[in-house]
Amino acid sequence: MAKRKLFDLAKTIRSKNAGVDRITFDVIFTDRANYDLVCGSGALSRESVCRIFGIPSSRITDHVHFDPALAIKFTISRTMPSGSPGDGDIFGSQQYGPLLDVEVAGAT
Amino acid sequence: MTVSIAHQRSANRTLRIVCPNGHLGFAPIKPDSLAKGLTCEPDLICADSGSCDIGPGPLGSDISSSPLAWQTHDLELMLLGARRLGVPMIVGSAGDTGSNSRVDLFVRIIQDLARKHALPKFRLGWFYSEVPKALISETMATGGAIEGLDGRAPLDPQTVAATDRVVAVAGVHPFMALLDQGADVIIGGRSSDCAIFAAPALRAGFPEALAYYYGKVLECASFCAEPYAGKESVLGEITMEDVKVTALLPEQRCTIASVAGHAMYERTNPYFEHFLGGHIDMSECAYEQYDERTCRITGPRFVPAADLRVKLEGAGKLGERYVGMVGVRDPYTIANIDAVIAWARRQACERFGETGYELHYSVYGRDGVMGALEPLRDKPGHELCVVVQSIAPSREMAEEVCMIGLRQMFYARLPQVKGTAGGVAFALDEVLAASPAYRWTINHAMRVSDPMALFETTIMEAGV
Repeated sequence: MAKRKLFDLAKTIRSKNAGVDRITFDVIFTDRANYDLVCGSGALSRESVCRIFGIPSSRITDHVHFDPALAIKFTISRTMPSGSPGDGDIFGSQQYGPLLDVEVAGAT
Repeated sequence: MTVSIAHQRSANRTLRIVCPNGHLGFAPIKPDSLAKGLTCEPDLICADSGSCDIGPGPLGSDISSSPLAWQTHDLELMLLGARRLGVPMIVGSAGDTGSNSRVDLFVRIIQDLARKHALPKFRLGWFYSEVPKALISETMATGGAIEGLDGRAPLDPQTVAATDRVVAVAGVHPFMALLDQGADVIIGGRSSDCAIFAAPALRAGFPEALAYYYGKVLECASFCAEPYAGKESVLGEITMEDVKVTALLPEQRCTIASVAGHAMYERTNPYFEHFLGGHIDMSECAYEQYDERTCRITGPRFVPAADLRVKLEGAGKLGERYVGMVGVRDPYTIANIDAVIAWARRQACERFGETGYELHYSVYGRDGVMGALEPLRDKPGHELCVVVQSIAPSREMAEEVCMIGLRQMFYARLPQVKGTAGGVAFALDEVLAASPAYRWTINHAMRVSDPMALFETTIMEAGV
């Protein structure tokens, strides 16, 4: 089956703090077909997100398919509050890197 | 053809707000799009100036993360525009943290600017948001639980004791109270971003759901437009039926995608925005392209809270901090970098024992950015940068801990290393004093009976 990377299918892939204890991820599409494809593929399902980041599902606090913005949005809890010593990303803005290479099955 | 809201009001009853910056002072306002906004008959000029994103340090040590020059630059542009047009100006969460000293700083800047420009007399109002720790302890002692947000446990006395400063996040109430008293300029302590914009809209009689949504969409200025461009102004308009927002930078547009996308920015969930007094539910929002650069939004719902809960933010000091960094190029050392770090930790331990200080290692080129979330942790680059941070009760001790943690990497004893003249590379063979280390100790909510209880307002005359 043909596979494409999320990098080629989504317009925006970003991460950012949602408060001091969580990081939220937005994957936004410009076209409905790609949005539906990724939603249906499971490439960003709760289980997939856990696998990608190596975290238990208990750390995913929200996981939503947000149709008005053609967006998949999920939020994870931090293991320590933002800006604590040792936190390498105070804004949470560089945690999306691994999503770019996620392969989506069925894409043509 | 639809006439752009930049040129003409879209209804008889409207309230128009220009927002020039999503975090006033953090990076300077771009003046051209603001100048354009000022030609669009705004009824107010409003901006948020705070964020938790900057980490716990500024609140804990009571400083700004924004330079004074940029804060003054932004306040000057807003103040001169607002006074020239004779419309109110509102700033929330003054000076990044919204602490009392940051409110005082912004009030002083406004007073100085008024004198500098010989502005005719106007009414300057402000409110404070800091909460004395004694009040929190008292509340807990009398059985008032202070519940944790985002999965935190309820507040306990030890956590309060470990906290240096606490601010409460205000709702619309102190802004409305100051507008009622005739304020022309309002400097707010810590407050919900959306309240800054919702307050004047509510006061003018617009529906709650639309008023709060209006605040939500405007608070980050040009972040609700595309293509991506920060620090540019946007113009919003609220009517009895809808909210519209338009981009003022010629290259930008507010589209359905950009505005709907912004609705979920920085929040755990795209549907709900919580504030003191309730929340809005955006799950039934409809977005449409009103004109080329303007998006129209309808359908948010307001859900009043059963009881008033105010969010508290608190930061506590962990210790003094030093920082150092080394580079590594030997592939064998890179493969064994954890053993190198363990060696250096052991040397610190031999000197200072197991506890009473902290040493943190961030290994850039492997997992310095993502830590345990990094899936490519086992594929380090051909060179690494290791950042070493020490935390200790005194600066002297922090300096020595950091120096041991850094320099002993040079002497790490790896069994098969070929290079025997130093295991790491120094760009600087010193450790540097860094800002003290803090932690977000409080992210909680406290019940209050009066939404104004924690927010003391003052109003006085400024100008000449």
